[in-house]
Amino acid sequence: MKAKDIAGLLDEPACAHNKKSKSGCAKPKPGATAGGCAFDGAQIALLPVADVAHIVHGPIACAGSSWDNRGTRSSGPDLYRLGMTTDLTEQDVIMGRGEKRLFHSIKQAVEDYQPAAVFVYNTCVPALVGDDIEAVCKAAQERWGTPVVPVDAAGFYGTKNLGNRIAGESMVKYVVGTREPDPLPPEVPGAAGTPFKVHDINLIGEYNIAGEFWHVLPLLDELGLRVLCTLSGDARYREVQTMHRAEVNMMVCSKAMINVARKLQESYDTPWFEGSFYGITDTSQALRDIARLIDDPDLSARTEALIAREEARIHEALHPWRARLKGKRVLLYTGGVKSWSVISALQDLGIVVVATGTKKSTEEDKARIRALMGEDAKMIEDGNPRALLNIVKDYQADILIAGGRNMYTALKARLPFLDINQEREFGYAGYEGMLELVRQLALTLESPVWQAVRKPAPWDGAGANAQVLGGEALIAAAGG
Amino acid sequence: MAELIKRNKALSVSPLKSSQPVGASLAFMGLHRAIPMMHGSQGCTAFGKVFFVRHFREPIPLQTTAMDQVSAVMGADDNIVEGLKTICEKSRPDVIGVPTTGLSETQGADVGGAVKQFRAQYPEYERIHIVPVNTPDFSGCMETGYALAVEAMIEHLVPAAASIGSSPGRRPRQVNVLAGALLTPGDVAWLKETVELFGLRPVVIPDLSDSLDGRLTAQEFSPLTIGGTPVSELATLGEAAATLVIGPSLYKAADKLTHKTGVPDHRFEHLMGLEAVDALLMALSQISATPVPLKLNRQRAQLQDAMLDTHFMIGLARVAIAADPDVLNAYSRLLVGMGAEIVAAVAPTRAPVLNNTPAATIKIGDLEDLELLARESKAELVIGNSHAVESARRLALPLMRAGFPQYDLIGGYQRTWVGYAGTQQALFDLANMLLSDNRHEVQPYHSIYAQKPEYREEVNTHGTAAAATHCG
Repeated sequence: MKAKDIAGLLDEPACAHNKKSKSGCAKPKPGATAGGCAFDGAQIALLPVADVAHIVHGPIACAGSSWDNRGTRSSGPDLYRLGMTTDLTEQDVIMGRGEKRLFHSIKQAVEDYQPAAVFVYNTCVPALVGDDIEAVCKAAQERWGTPVVPVDAAGFYGTKNLGNRIAGESMVKYVVGTREPDPLPPEVPGAAGTPFKVHDINLIGEYNIAGEFWHVLPLLDELGLRVLCTLSGDARYREVQTMHRAEVNMMVCSKAMINVARKLQESYDTPWFEGSFYGITDTSQALRDIARLIDDPDLSARTEALIAREEARIHEALHPWRARLKGKRVLLYTGGVKSWSVISALQDLGIVVVATGTKKSTEEDKARIRALMGEDAKMIEDGNPRALLNIVKDYQADILIAGGRNMYTALKARLPFLDINQEREFGYAGYEGMLELVRQLALTLESPVWQAVRKPAPWDGAGANAQVLGGEALIAAAGG
Repeated sequence: MAELIKRNKALSVSPLKSSQPVGASLAFMGLHRAIPMMHGSQGCTAFGKVFFVRHFREPIPLQTTAMDQVSAVMGADDNIVEGLKTICEKSRPDVIGVPTTGLSETQGADVGGAVKQFRAQYPEYERIHIVPVNTPDFSGCMETGYALAVEAMIEHLVPAAASIGSSPGRRPRQVNVLAGALLTPGDVAWLKETVELFGLRPVVIPDLSDSLDGRLTAQEFSPLTIGGTPVSELATLGEAAATLVIGPSLYKAADKLTHKTGVPDHRFEHLMGLEAVDALLMALSQISATPVPLKLNRQRAQLQDAMLDTHFMIGLARVAIAADPDVLNAYSRLLVGMGAEIVAAVAPTRAPVLNNTPAATIKIGDLEDLELLARESKAELVIGNSHAVESARRLALPLMRAGFPQYDLIGGYQRTWVGYAGTQQALFDLANMLLSDNRHEVQPYHSIYAQKPEYREEVNTHGTAAAATHCG
């Protein structure tokens, strides 16, 4: 990828903070950097497309440490869970045989697994050597008649966020608009001759982590909203192809693929909005926004009725949990949109959010945080483990809610923890997801283990007795 | 013994291989107050970190030189200098390991030169040790990366006998241990205890049992390893009475250590099974000039008893194994020693030890190869890492987890597999897996003349059942 193409992707007019450099865009500092690369971001964004063969073109480190590593679920094919890589060797690099190996790899994937399409992810080494993966993909597609899509996202191009955009760009450029949506099956409600009209929508940035979108999808079905495609949770290649026909695009919980929503608006005039399915308030708001943008009074009326019913139902189901969790204090440290969307979910439960991370948040995200938490909301820019633990102490938080990477920061400090990021095993989306969220919160907050792990050994600090523990315990005791 | 079959397809499907930089980083984590800094793009480190966090369920100290678009093309030696300075400034470690990656190697990084530049620019950090090692991910595998890092530690942190006047045996109770990537933290802990039983003092390079053993400490957070062998100990290796080397992948590093210090070494391919443990204890008895402690005799007798109990299940069992060479060899020897047969063996890369591994053929390949070979050869048990779960499921076979990564099983990283007691438990587990497998059971036969009315009912309810009863 050329430098000017990367600069082009970094210039995102639909992004509120496009004018100024936000903290998340800063040049990574050698020796003090956490987080993934552009390849990581691209792979995460597209891997959930379930019937595609995802080939990582590079030596082993890129695929070897990362395949089969995400909680996203498919309701059908599981081809996406097979790790595929060209596993380049020294000879390939020295002799320049990478392109040839890639070409044969595509053939092998097509013949052995009959994928709906092949996505080829470029990585650092072939990018540096200068493999022309676009040309290889084109030749392979012509030769074997299966769509082959290049995703040129070598790690050194930039951050994970850039990788998300590159992934979105590849879909818009090569896939969207290459097929028309299927006609509605005659037997479904809303097909010709029934009282209401079915509307087509897309969800961009919904990954179906732990299957959580299946909490929401039945409601959309009930409202007569056909999801042409979720980019990319539980998606199929043929669904991505039809994304241009949606009447509205919802950016779910992520600005990462905002370029997709913007380009679909430019090319097909599709309106889009940003929403979240975390929490009761936000789930209802998202449903309302969909109806509002579609502008069908009948849909709006049915949406309001559904919201009233669902909210009443879930409030009743949450009632016994509310008393247990009310007043608990949470430190929320997560990126971007989740910094506000999860606040609202927690506030729905009567939980106090004492501080939230804003490292990857936009100005707009921050405005929403202030609206939810008040003007004095504590926003955390630098989330290094030491700083997080200090904030937990200063603000007397009962629990840290963050990404899996911070799990051991909390546990080693003997602090309750809830994983909110993509690697988690539980689905929190929609009204129904709230029940899982309260269960997980109560599970860790009320666990008897906290008392046990904070309890010193009965003989600790008892003078002479301490010596039987040996050197390390003595050092620990002295340090503590 | 084994015939090696080379990779013969373009695409690797369900990769078995983990990379060299990941292996090298693991080795550095066995040093005290250490942190590895991969020289590559930030993703190399992020993936490596997640890989280890999921395996060990521990916080993992790992940093990156964060090469970007400009430094990838224009040269990234300055990133190394800046990264080293940042880490020294922030955390004051005792040692920083700098494994390279495919990206920096392709670009042609001069890590040695960059370290020199760092030394010249920041003399205030001269006491912090820096160990660079070349570990591109386009060659080798996790095990070779680990071995290269151990070699680099010996090169950079162990003084040559001539330079400091050390001589073997000056510390007559000290035994050096080069611990290979095939050992878990639990294995290393067992090994240390066993060495101590002989009145000897082990110095383990690298000691994962002290850094990644999973424990709570008084300190809430550490950016560095919380345990491991102190670098100062490496200076004493030349005075030890002997060196134990575990794992053929470390034999080259052992050559280097012996050459540098003159300390005699004892080499062991692995420590599973009666024969291997016997050999270790004999060596320790000889080094310490003390008899083998009685306690171990008891455990030995228990293992022998377990071998008798389990040989009924494990004998003639058809086993498929996919793992890095040392691990593959260790399990193959244990199983063949029990009368089992290795019918499918896959390693990610070549290694000298594979030539002598007791399997007819060993495929250099991935887990797709393992699955095909296991199906073809009618394997009854699979041994492999957590990625093999899906392969085993499709084969409908039990899976014994071995090697890296193990993310779907709590405690695998911690378990002790070696020694008499460790082997005993491993045999019990293998036997239990095979016990639940009923493929050798005789299928019921339904006689066409039988006076058993339920047969008729079956035929009536399932129209096609008649055919099934005949071929019973």
